[in-house]
Amino acid sequence: MVAIQVQGVSKRFRLHRGRRYLTVKDFFVRGVMGGWRLAEGDEHWALREVNLEIPQGKTMGIIGANGSGKSTLLKLVAGILKPTSGVIRVLGRLSTLIELGAGFHPEFTGRENVWVNGILLGLSRQEVRERFDEIVRFAGLEAFIDNPVKTYSSGMYMRLGFAIATAVDPDVLLIDEVLAVGDEAFQHKCIGKIQEFKARGKTICFVSHDLGAVEQLCDETLWLDDGQVSAIGRTQEVIQQYRTRVAQEEAMALRTLHERASASEEPQMRWGGGEVTITSVVLKDSLGQERYLFESGEPLQIVLSYQVHSPVGDPVFGIGIFRKDGLSVYGTNTAIEDLVLPPLKDGGQVAVLLERVDLIEGEYLLDVAVHARDGHPYDYRSRALTFAIRSKMRDTGVARLSHRWILPL
Amino acid sequence: MITSLDALVHHRTLIMTLVLRELRARYRGSFLGFLWSFLNPLLLMVVYVLVFSVYLRVPEANYAVFLFAGLLPWLWFSSSLGHATGVIVGGGALVKRVLFPAEVLPLVSVLSNMINFLLSLPLLFLFLVLFGIPLTPWAASLPLLLTLQFLLTAGLALPLAALNVHLRDVEQILGNLLVLWFFLSPVLYPVSAVPAPFRPLYFLNPLAGLIQSYRDILFYGRPPEWPQLAFVAIVAIGTLWAGLKVFDRLRDTLAEEV
Repeated sequence: MVAIQVQGVSKRFRLHRGRRYLTVKDFFVRGVMGGWRLAEGDEHWALREVNLEIPQGKTMGIIGANGSGKSTLLKLVAGILKPTSGVIRVLGRLSTLIELGAGFHPEFTGRENVWVNGILLGLSRQEVRERFDEIVRFAGLEAFIDNPVKTYSSGMYMRLGFAIATAVDPDVLLIDEVLAVGDEAFQHKCIGKIQEFKARGKTICFVSHDLGAVEQLCDETLWLDDGQVSAIGRTQEVIQQYRTRVAQEEAMALRTLHERASASEEPQMRWGGGEVTITSVVLKDSLGQERYLFESGEPLQIVLSYQVHSPVGDPVFGIGIFRKDGLSVYGTNTAIEDLVLPPLKDGGQVAVLLERVDLIEGEYLLDVAVHARDGHPYDYRSRALTFAIRSKMRDTGVARLSHRWILPL
Repeated sequence: MITSLDALVHHRTLIMTLVLRELRARYRGSFLGFLWSFLNPLLLMVVYVLVFSVYLRVPEANYAVFLFAGLLPWLWFSSSLGHATGVIVGGGALVKRVLFPAEVLPLVSVLSNMINFLLSLPLLFLFLVLFGIPLTPWAASLPLLLTLQFLLTAGLALPLAALNVHLRDVEQILGNLLVLWFFLSPVLYPVSAVPAPFRPLYFLNPLAGLIQSYRDILFYGRPPEWPQLAFVAIVAIGTLWAGLKVFDRLRDTLAEEV
């Protein structure tokens, strides 16, 4: 049995030029000048020819970049928006976790809001009465239920919204990015609840940027790109394709960023006597390809090209890796490591090979320098480039220390 | 048409819940609370009595009660429309993010203002007693007038609320129109003040017949003018029918334009 069927669905939005709204005044002004037709604004196709079938009891993930049409698709399935063309069929009672607590009235107590919201989401008075205690318990708000919701923290607000929406006990549940808000404990609770729904054979449609959660929860995944279906199928495969594409795009973006940064050198970021200058800094992967996006654990080579302007006898080359917030992640130089370089003349290259760049996911900045053994800088290039590390792992901290778990057998 | 009417029946629990919330929100957190619903018409009445009875000397016996009997239904009508017009735009989060029957919102405005009207009726009865004006059995036709006024007001509130989503100055324009409408309705003066040749035109305004009828049954203690009331009924039902049609046309676009 197919629980959600989306057939050839397209959605067009009109954008009113310049301003968000039209007025009666516009209508008349344009009418007089332009033949009594409401002027057509620009069009934006949020979705084009989307086909999707979700069998009953399955969980479908929807992923894609911001603005790719994920939320529009979900609102269409929910019936909040109507498709410009195409057909959508949904079997059974539907509940949405799109905007938690959207109908809350700030002046009212949690108790009153549970009543109004429950009825708003389609429960009968009887059902609200029966489920009231459970809603409050799930939200963990026993002590606050008689306070006005304007006194709630955003977390409390979300918890109450989530508790009500899931108390509806739908056959089909649509979830949009609700896990992005709320603390860790709440997220675990939500995932637990979603898993409970899955176990009870409910159909779920799950929009998220959290690929880990999608991997954990979804049987199948749809990847939307610019309003069109880019891939649909087994979650692991689709997510792998998506990651590869994102990595390519990021690498491209970083490369442009890098080129732009080297083109416009900010003077205060570079200092030194100029006896030796570092003319270029590039990162290379194990194949010798220039790259600025690496998987955590890959080999990474920093290649410095230098030019000697007046010969020096005791050069020291150094590198420093910084996090965006300025934290020094790692720094070293040839002097610290007791390496002695021959006196430099002309130009050449120096490289550092990091055999495993075991940093956690994020963006990093690189400083490079060449200076005298006594510390006198020849050329110090601070924040010479930006690179990024991607990781499938969700570990935290600064670097991934080499380790293994010793587990009970 | 069918969808809207169907929704009303289907969502009656929701409508009642929201009406209660609306009323409680209005009276919560204000010092005078429920008394506000009395105070506003009372203050208006005092000012109008001063201007029209004391200064301008409108020749109408018991002018204060005469005025009050017309002012209360007018206030229900005008505050319903004033409030309902902005209610879908203001309820954005609901319309945009929850599958929510948008027609419920303007109806909640009309109904909560109706309850307000009903709550201030005892004050009118008190005045009638104080001024020694007897109630007659004709007062029992009040529910009929309430029904007609509800249909008429709802018929205007629905399309206005939906239109305001697309054309955001409907709310301002309505504010101005209501001022004109007030003076074209027999609230401050008796219909007899309107020159006879103007009257057929004058009674094209459904509120003229309606307010006149309120006065007939409550103030004068006589039957309403049935032909006039029949005309009001036709206009009210026609307006509701057209209003629902307009609303149904606009319904699907509300969520994306809010």
